[in-house]
Amino acid sequence: MGLRFTWRALRAWLVVYRRIWRSSVYSSILGPVLYLGAMGYGLGSLVDSHGTVGLGGVPYLAFVAPAILAVQGMQTAMSEATFPVYGAVKWNRIYLVAQASPLRPADIFRGHLLFMAIRLAMNSAVFLAIAAAFGSLRSPWAIAALPAAVITGLAFAAPVAAWSITVRKDYYFNYAFRFGMTPLMLFSGTFFPLSRLPGWVQPLAYVTPLWHGVALCRELTLGRISPGSVVIHLGYLLVLAAVGVAVGERTYTRRLYV
Amino acid sequence: MPEVLVRARGLTKRFGGFTAVDGIDFELFQGEAFGFLGPNGAGKSSTMRMISCVSPPTGGELTILGRDPRRDGPGIRARLGVVPQEDTLDVELTVRENLLVYGRYFGLPRAVIRERTAALLDFVQLSDRADDMVEPLSGGMKRRLTIARSLINDPDILVLDEPTTGLDPQARHVVWDRLFRLKQRGVTLILTTHYMDEAEQLCDRLVVMDHARIAAEGTPRELLARYTTPEVLELRFPPEIHEQAGQKIASLDAQRTELLADRILMYVPDGDAALAGVLDRGLEPMTTLIRRSTLEDVFLRLTGRSLED
Repeated sequence: MGLRFTWRALRAWLVVYRRIWRSSVYSSILGPVLYLGAMGYGLGSLVDSHGTVGLGGVPYLAFVAPAILAVQGMQTAMSEATFPVYGAVKWNRIYLVAQASPLRPADIFRGHLLFMAIRLAMNSAVFLAIAAAFGSLRSPWAIAALPAAVITGLAFAAPVAAWSITVRKDYYFNYAFRFGMTPLMLFSGTFFPLSRLPGWVQPLAYVTPLWHGVALCRELTLGRISPGSVVIHLGYLLVLAAVGVAVGERTYTRRLYV
Repeated sequence: MPEVLVRARGLTKRFGGFTAVDGIDFELFQGEAFGFLGPNGAGKSSTMRMISCVSPPTGGELTILGRDPRRDGPGIRARLGVVPQEDTLDVELTVRENLLVYGRYFGLPRAVIRERTAALLDFVQLSDRADDMVEPLSGGMKRRLTIARSLINDPDILVLDEPTTGLDPQARHVVWDRLFRLKQRGVTLILTTHYMDEAEQLCDRLVVMDHARIAAEGTPRELLARYTTPEVLELRFPPEIHEQAGQKIASLDAQRTELLADRILMYVPDGDAALAGVLDRGLEPMTTLIRRSTLEDVFLRLTGRSLED
């Protein structure tokens, strides 16, 4: 019953998405082009002219591209798991409509999460294609960065959606963006190696999901894979996503079945 | 004896310290239209949500289609059609897409949804709007579409929470007409309303709800016979003598007299005779009206308040 109902809940989101997919694809192309162009070429030419030893001997573009992939996963997850979740109760009421059907709150949650996974896969695939065109992928393992980015996104989407359903005022989301997402984006070894930060800051980064996502994607696109660290990064992200799913099933039930 | 589709015994709903539904008993029989009449805040919507299996009862027993909603919510909901109080249509989708999305929640195959969509849109007179967006539709059209949507799974019971609240009189009559036709087809309806004319027109049997409890139960005819007189004489006096006239009228021979803020109601078997009695006493009302008793009068009798306060 669970899987079948999850699938039914997902399909509603796909019908809704059909209306807006064109504009969403344009923006999913534009973002990577701007980022890779400005960071990779613009900033990259400056960085590379000073030597790339600190980056592990790879051009800045190759260093930063997998990080932006992971950041984009986080951003996609945050935008899909905040306002749309809130709106599904308050605005378009998709959740409330689904509730009149056999679907249970947990099915509604999992179906929406699955839709977020699809959005993550789409955006990540577009990004990887563009990154390849920019010549910033240096290993065939880069193909595995697609699921890695999706899992990074889900490590955000599941717990954030679990929280969003409990939120009563939508301005809380802006706090999450400003004080959660922005610092993570800046200090997770994305634009510069973590080793450049003071020693005491580094352990803080190790507990954030984005750092694991960045490190995982980077290992894959650079082809510098160490099985031990892949297991750690992947394990961390999967555990976080699984905890998010378990909590979300409860918070959705508590909010919708009252 | 018709089959019992819903049975409640001591059904209770509490939110923290607040009791929304306080131990109510009722039965819904196959094929009937059953109404909950009461003012806002009486506990009607909470009751509907429990029957719709989207809200767990806090206490008492509730059996729907022979099943326990606490354990078999999905199975029960698969057999219900729900028309919520507020429109929950997706206004960014077309009329047809709204039915498609909804039908899929019930796991219906696309071909079945397509076939039923055509028939249902025809039934609610929206066939010509099938591929239009929902956004620009009028309130009455949206409500009819919501009714069509609720029928996509061919439900055993149709649950309607305030089906015509917020509609203009003409749109309301169109909705009533459609609901009446459903009733003629044998669809079992359970609805809430705070409009006594809606209750009188649609309900075979109803309960009057007030302050989380059921105050009375019966057919509209039974309730009228039990709690009010055949006729009502409504009198309006100038405000300055309203009170005084009220006292005089209270001494007249009426089964009951209600002194409202703007009117005096005399509950009598014969309105003309009562009016003659009033005029005999030398009272000169500004306006007089003799009418039949309605459920509004039943409600006033039971609660001392009017329905739409």
